[in-house]
Amino acid sequence: MIEIHNVQKSFNGNQVLKGITCTFETGKCNLLLGGSGTGKSVLLQCIVGLMQPDIGSITYDGSVFTNNKVQIRQEIRRKIGMLFQGSALFDSMTVYENTEFPLKMLTPEMTKEERRDRVEFCLKRVGLENAGNKMPAEISGGMKKRVGIARAIAPNCTYLFCDEPNSGLDPLTSLKIDELIHEITHEYNITTAIITHDMNSVVEIGDHIIFLHKGQKLWDGNKEEILNAQVPELKEFIFSSSLVRAAKKVDDESEGGLSAITDSTNSQSAGS
Amino acid sequence: MVKNFGEFLLFIQSMVTRTERLKTLWQRTLEESVIIGFDSIFIVAIVSAFIGAVTCVQISYNLVSPLIPKSTIGFMVREMTILELAPTITSIVLAGKVGSSIAGGLGTMRITEQVAALEVMGINSASYLVLPRIVAAILMFPLLVILAMMLSILGGYLAGTLTGAISAQEYIEGLRTDFIPYNITFALIKSVVFAFLVSAISSYKGYFTTGGALEVGAASTGAVNNSIIAILLADFVLAALLL
Repeated sequence: MIEIHNVQKSFNGNQVLKGITCTFETGKCNLLLGGSGTGKSVLLQCIVGLMQPDIGSITYDGSVFTNNKVQIRQEIRRKIGMLFQGSALFDSMTVYENTEFPLKMLTPEMTKEERRDRVEFCLKRVGLENAGNKMPAEISGGMKKRVGIARAIAPNCTYLFCDEPNSGLDPLTSLKIDELIHEITHEYNITTAIITHDMNSVVEIGDHIIFLHKGQKLWDGNKEEILNAQVPELKEFIFSSSLVRAAKKVDDESEGGLSAITDSTNSQSAGS
Repeated sequence: MVKNFGEFLLFIQSMVTRTERLKTLWQRTLEESVIIGFDSIFIVAIVSAFIGAVTCVQISYNLVSPLIPKSTIGFMVREMTILELAPTITSIVLAGKVGSSIAGGLGTMRITEQVAALEVMGINSASYLVLPRIVAAILMFPLLVILAMMLSILGGYLAGTLTGAISAQEYIEGLRTDFIPYNITFALIKSVVFAFLVSAISSYKGYFTTGGALEVGAASTGAVNNSIIAILLADFVLAALLL
């Protein structure tokens, strides 16, 4: 579990995070939901240590991360896997080498054969067992995301962070990426935090959702509760999509529109 | 400027504290040595051979007094090449080729979040990405400077003998006149200092790039400009201190 307490961050006097307190639960997909410029990415960067919060603390399973010794932060960081918005694959390495990289760097005790087995397992897990020799420039955006996931889970990460995993992907590929993240989270019982502003992801994998607005946490709950949330900013955000508005209209008329969507996607996920 | 210099020093410090495993760094250094050293041989060879040739032809053009022996041409080519042209011009050429490559490469890694990916993994990105580049430059620049010295003198020899400005015997006699071995040492010291300046300044410019493609280009340009200025300043300081 990751606990965030009163995290504040300002840039040149502009307060981007205004005292965020929340928890990311183990074995769940924790979604950081919010519009552009609400501070989601800044919060994520503070959580993984790419940025230092001005005030507040971040704790990983009881170990304080913020302002702690470099060695302790290093230990925690080595349990973190992260999928970046642009995938951040190393251009000069093949898909195989990208996946192998954290193992080579972080687990020197592993033999070459053990590393090969692990890389092959991870690539197979994300459905890329035949793409190991390709360079990042030769694969599609969706494949890059899957390589990013394989690289993140290769060293048996305890915490998985995903920064807008669906950005730039078509709805079908987005769905596959969401399902993959969801499956991996439950399969390995890891703490997953996902930044998103995609309502499809919310409906698909939102085990625990935190809604941010103008640097503040306005609401948290799960994908069933979010539909009935009475926070005006959240309602405005959710129903900005005409598709969701239409579903809501059906829901109001027949008491089941939106619920039907979540139910059907849940059953699809379960089936796949 | 003082702030930038302070940041530069902290950057250098971050590179050598909490370093990655020696085996990893050595492998990275070898990879970078190929890029910095081997891939620069062609341009260094072309530039140094022609500089030697032009130096020889121009000295012979200006040497009109019958009282000065022709072997002076060989002597002057040697002195100019070893003391100044080979280490300084080669380093300036490398500032353009290697410096822009380092800054562009690191800048691109920064804006595409590859540096952040290393940091999140708990890897000291400065140590992993920059230290091998600096060590590789320090190892490769002196070798390229030695190559440049040899090819400049050879270029002068070919230009002098093929144009009839000087005979082979006179040129070789000039090369062997009043040779001071320390000058070679001085040139190699200069090359090591220039290597550090070019690689460290370019890495600093690239590593702290923010923004997009335009900023990467600006970082590369800034890296080359600052490296050349630093080379010229260091050239003067070293000459004043060591000669």
